[in-house]
Amino acid sequence: MGEFNVHRVRFFNYVPSGIRCVAYNNQSNRLAVSRTDGTVEIYNLSANYFQEKFFPGHESRATEALCWAKGQRLFSAGLNGEIIEYDLQALTIKYAVDAFGGPIWSMAASPNGSQLLVGCEDGSVKLFQITPDKIQFERNFDRQKSRILSLSWHPAGTHVAAGSIDYISVFDSKSGSAIGKMLVDRQYMGVSKRKCIIWGVAFLSDGTVISVDSAGKVQIWDSATGTLVKNHLVSNADVQSIAVSPQEDSFVVGTAEGTVFHFQLVSVTSSSSEKQWVRTKPFQHHTHDVRAVAHSPTALISGGTDTHLVIRPLMEKVEVKNYDAALRKITFPHRRLVSCAKKKQLLLFQFAHHLELWRLGSTVATGKNGDTLPLSKNADHLLHLKTKGPENIICSCISPCGGWIACSTASRFFLYRLNYEHDNISLQRVSKMPVFLRSALQILFSEDSTKLFVASNQGSLRVIRLQEGGFTHPRAFQPQSGTVQSMCLLAVSPDGNWLAASGSSAGVHVYNVKQLKLHCTVPAYNFPVTALAIAPNTNNLVIAHSDQQVFEYSIPDKQYTEWSRTVQKQGFHHLWLQRDTPITHISFHPKRPMHILLHDTYMFCLIDKSLPLPNDKTLLYNPLPPTNESDVIRRRTAHAFKISKKYKPLLFVDLLDEKTLVAVERPLDDIVAQLPPPIKKKKFGT
Amino acid sequence: MADLEEGFALTAVPLGSGPDGPLGVEQSGKTDQFLVTDSGRTVILYKVSDQKPLGSWSVKQGQIITCPAVCNFQTGEYIVVHDNKVLRIWNNEDVNLDKVFKATLSAEVYRIHSIQGTEPLVLFKEGAVRGLEALLAEPQQKIETVISDEEVIKWTKFFMVFRHPVLIFITEKHGNYFVYVQKFNSRILSKYTLLLGQEEKCVIQSFSTSVGRKFISLMSLSSDGCVYETLIPIHPSEPEKNQRLVQSQLLKSVVSGSARNGVALAILDQDHIAVLGAPLPASKECLSVWNTKFQTLQTSKELPQGTSGQLWYYGENLFMLHGKFLTVVPFKCEVSSLAGALGKLKHSQDPGIHATPHFVNWETSQGCGLGSQNSEQSKRILRRRKVEVSVQSEVPASTQLLATIQKDSEKHIEVELRKFLATKRTPDFHTIIGDVIIGLLGRCKAEPSFYPRNCLMQLVQTHVLSYSLCPGLMEFALEKTDVQILQLCLQQFPDIPESVTCACLKVFLSIGDDTLQDTDINMESVSDYMDPVQDGEMEEQTAFLQNGFSPEEDNCDSCAQKLKEKPQATADESTSCPVTPKRAALLNAVLHSAYSETFLLPHLKDIPAQHSTLFLQYLYFLYLKCSENATMTLPGTHPPTLSQIMDWICLLLDANFTVVVMIPEAKRLLLSLYKFVKSQISICSELNKIEVSFRELQKLNQEKNNRELYSIEVLELF
Repeated sequence: MGEFNVHRVRFFNYVPSGIRCVAYNNQSNRLAVSRTDGTVEIYNLSANYFQEKFFPGHESRATEALCWAKGQRLFSAGLNGEIIEYDLQALTIKYAVDAFGGPIWSMAASPNGSQLLVGCEDGSVKLFQITPDKIQFERNFDRQKSRILSLSWHPAGTHVAAGSIDYISVFDSKSGSAIGKMLVDRQYMGVSKRKCIIWGVAFLSDGTVISVDSAGKVQIWDSATGTLVKNHLVSNADVQSIAVSPQEDSFVVGTAEGTVFHFQLVSVTSSSSEKQWVRTKPFQHHTHDVRAVAHSPTALISGGTDTHLVIRPLMEKVEVKNYDAALRKITFPHRRLVSCAKKKQLLLFQFAHHLELWRLGSTVATGKNGDTLPLSKNADHLLHLKTKGPENIICSCISPCGGWIACSTASRFFLYRLNYEHDNISLQRVSKMPVFLRSALQILFSEDSTKLFVASNQGSLRVIRLQEGGFTHPRAFQPQSGTVQSMCLLAVSPDGNWLAASGSSAGVHVYNVKQLKLHCTVPAYNFPVTALAIAPNTNNLVIAHSDQQVFEYSIPDKQYTEWSRTVQKQGFHHLWLQRDTPITHISFHPKRPMHILLHDTYMFCLIDKSLPLPNDKTLLYNPLPPTNESDVIRRRTAHAFKISKKYKPLLFVDLLDEKTLVAVERPLDDIVAQLPPPIKKKKFGT
Repeated sequence: MADLEEGFALTAVPLGSGPDGPLGVEQSGKTDQFLVTDSGRTVILYKVSDQKPLGSWSVKQGQIITCPAVCNFQTGEYIVVHDNKVLRIWNNEDVNLDKVFKATLSAEVYRIHSIQGTEPLVLFKEGAVRGLEALLAEPQQKIETVISDEEVIKWTKFFMVFRHPVLIFITEKHGNYFVYVQKFNSRILSKYTLLLGQEEKCVIQSFSTSVGRKFISLMSLSSDGCVYETLIPIHPSEPEKNQRLVQSQLLKSVVSGSARNGVALAILDQDHIAVLGAPLPASKECLSVWNTKFQTLQTSKELPQGTSGQLWYYGENLFMLHGKFLTVVPFKCEVSSLAGALGKLKHSQDPGIHATPHFVNWETSQGCGLGSQNSEQSKRILRRRKVEVSVQSEVPASTQLLATIQKDSEKHIEVELRKFLATKRTPDFHTIIGDVIIGLLGRCKAEPSFYPRNCLMQLVQTHVLSYSLCPGLMEFALEKTDVQILQLCLQQFPDIPESVTCACLKVFLSIGDDTLQDTDINMESVSDYMDPVQDGEMEEQTAFLQNGFSPEEDNCDSCAQKLKEKPQATADESTSCPVTPKRAALLNAVLHSAYSETFLLPHLKDIPAQHSTLFLQYLYFLYLKCSENATMTLPGTHPPTLSQIMDWICLLLDANFTVVVMIPEAKRLLLSLYKFVKSQISICSELNKIEVSFRELQKLNQEKNNRELYSIEVLELF
């Protein structure tokens, strides 16, 4: 397969933001996750835990609560006092409503999903009616003396429990009057602490209220009498989150020490029907605070300050041990944050609020496999481009010639012209962008850098001709009739004739760029597309799906290629299908048309279509180079998938030319080093 | 998909047989054991899974075995015929075939047949058949002739059709084949003429049968290489008349037509047959499995060293001669489907899907107690549940047992208990056992004479109990000073309170040696490092220098001088065990039990001074034994670990230090312990120093690897 010089890049200083809330929707089997920078991500648990949608964050919009309501509508509320509804089709914010109660700390949708309750800083609990296209304020509940940090509806919708500081209130949801108050002990291990914050409450259908608080207690109350039934001291630090299973036979709590405890309702003795809550399993998958937990029917989901989203299946609920039963830890976004200008050897890194442009170094030395070559020129940090405004960057791209940079936030689109004069770089913003170009979900330059393709909300796709110092001709592709699906992924053929675009579920459309017309649609597939690319010369479209299938579709012939059919007939190697991160980038060898390069977070793979496919008996990945074997054996055992797991976690891999690879790595240790220190736990006695 | 697994040679030494291989392979009374009869003078009993012979019997020089040995499944005896007429019957205990039961018959025997569920049959060369019992009653009885002259029995088989034995045998006369079917329920002998296929000259080389609903299917492998099937009606319309049977071709050219020998056929199941022979005239001999339904070759296996044309098939094993060795090829065959026949069947064991491993499920006990299971669980154990339901539906065995406990005699309880334990375990098995014990204890308290010791022992040994499931059991045993039960409890229970552990310890230390002598104690944990015979004479022991300690080493303080005065005594103390092995075993059980220091200490203070000194001496002895080898472990199965020993030494000293210091006998012990500790501390500090410097090295190494933010590396993709 040959030797490559690999530019091993570790200077992409990307740190994901911590997870603040998670909300699980049982009907669609989707998980909404909000992060401390206001980003909201939607994971499709049925599609191999693929992050299929995301809403960019906003500096002033710290999300404190997230919930699903009837009709799979997603709401969030935050410290800016606003309730926000998200448009899951257009991937925009539908509207924001101020609750006029100061910062909002908690929110809960009623069990039937038609009402929304928010708990505010000023101690008020406000009830909103959810109408088909908006929400409407209905009533205030009896005001409490301090902020409402947690809310939970009784499953029948008749009562509401609200956790405040030092006490839990129980409201009648009809009248809004407080009918009970349960005082929580401030004492902590015999020492009186300042205050006891009720971080979470859960109301069960038999009237039991479970609370978790800052003193490390999980308490079970009888709401009818207001008495404490049972007290579990689970942690020396705060217990910050709680989630109950739909059957109410188990619940999960997350602590500031990074531990997640599973509680189950177990009968006291074999013969009696009396049951009690028992702490059954502790899980330590986090190093920092577990800020949010969710309980799906088969799994415990947790997330926190250490930025990992952990999905831990409950083994007793899993019938067969397949790959869904494995622990999942999702750290990196399932989209590309790096783009590359191959000719100029430039890398553009996308951060939440700025872009960084780096030029790769070079070497004159050669070496053999495993050598690190001496650098004749180190990598240069050329540019640090900060966007104005509080919004996060959605997408960015550098043109293949390196002369243009484009990026977009939720409300502004930026296009820059770069001029290189020896070592100096001048940057000029292209002003007067057309009105319609206010935001983009995906940006792509054509191979010759003369055209810019922009996918924006409501499924619109536009092409802009770039000229020195400006642009002309903004033209739109004819939209699909009746579709409002936003396109998230774009790919253009190197000859500039074809553009492929894919939405979060609608399949892949191929457009003719010259005629601005739809050429064909790739047959629909059940799983969302994670990466797209069009091969040079052949114009074969390579599509990777979240179930780890890869298809090759010939655009001129409007059908799957022979190789793709062979692959589907034989099936992928089972280890290939068991990978747990999606392929996020596909590219091609510039000289060898038979080679496809793809990568996920933990490996990159060069597929040589001319070699036989591996079957389940062959070794898919052999980390050791074949030694002492003769050429014949080597040729016989060779298969199409050439995999390297040397670099990980990988954020980006591409072929700069036929002998050079660039691999952008982001070691987890470097991320941990930038997180606040975790709560120190004593490991040994004394 | 049929699957032939890797075969293995059953005999390490070649069979002393002629060119035509062994006479026969027959099942014996136990599964997995087979009788192999040499064509010479020997019968060997093999256990196939172990690949080793269990027994071997030979007839005298000059005699020759003429008929393969079989097992009489009704009596477990083996039967063999030598010199055509002499019947021998023996069993496993017999050594010499000359001295076993012998019966000389009046006619020559062709085969003895024996299958499960009926008495063996003897088939004579003239076609007559006799039951073994009838024959043994009168060995010299006249045997009639059934088949005509020049007719020779070629092949025979005995099997059960609807619980009635049927014998089938095939004879040949001048190239014509006749099939005789002897049914024993109606004593009817039917004779059929076998009409061969179109070709006249071919010779049938191998037969095999299987039984269907209405027909016996007789398969034959002809010399033209084809497999033919003949259907013989089980209930013939006119039994007395000579009828004709027509062969139909089933498979074509499974073996090369020119192959003269080494061809055999065996029916595996309704759709599969195994064929032994060379598929092409020039090729090596093969064992192949064919699907008769779809006429496809399923799998085959080359036998490069040649074979003898004999194939036996029992259960899941195919037996054949490969070279000079009898080879067993385990075989698996699934229900045939078109996909399977074409080799397109997906692997049933999908690599991604495995059975869920065992894990603790907190919900099982509750589910069973309520009688309703959530659906996903019931799906998984549906089959097992069905079985259980059929057992449980009559009466819950546990309630019955609980009732028995309350009134019946000790013997009867024991029997009932054994029955209960033998049944399948339900998820709430442990709680039932707990209830049973509580019931027994309740009765013990009510009736002082009632003490079902064996029952209790049996229950404790079910490995499902804990202290909290049967509170009172250990207290009761303490009351009775039943050290055996106490030992078992200490070994089995995970949650014994410290006060009870300590009470056990007191009992173990104070109980008289003579009482211990009579009890039956599990000595597993002490057997390997303690001499059962305690003689005063001890060999000089100086070699425990590992870990930097030697009792002779004189670098300590002036007190060591005293020790030096009595070197003999020191050696004595360090190597001879201060307690009897039985007591040591009991003490080991205490050492193994779990405890929490804070709760144990107050109870340890109550132990009398001489007892605690004795225990300390024992612990010191164990420690010395430990330091005798480099791994710092004691020999034997499940001995106390070093950390357990050390923890107990510390605990004991903490609890009783002021007392121990005052006792003169303990002085030397304390001094040696002090020296021990001192040497250990110096070692540990050295180790710490080494560890720190290693860690520094490692850090340097890591920095070199990871610090660089940018590098260009060479990577070769293979």
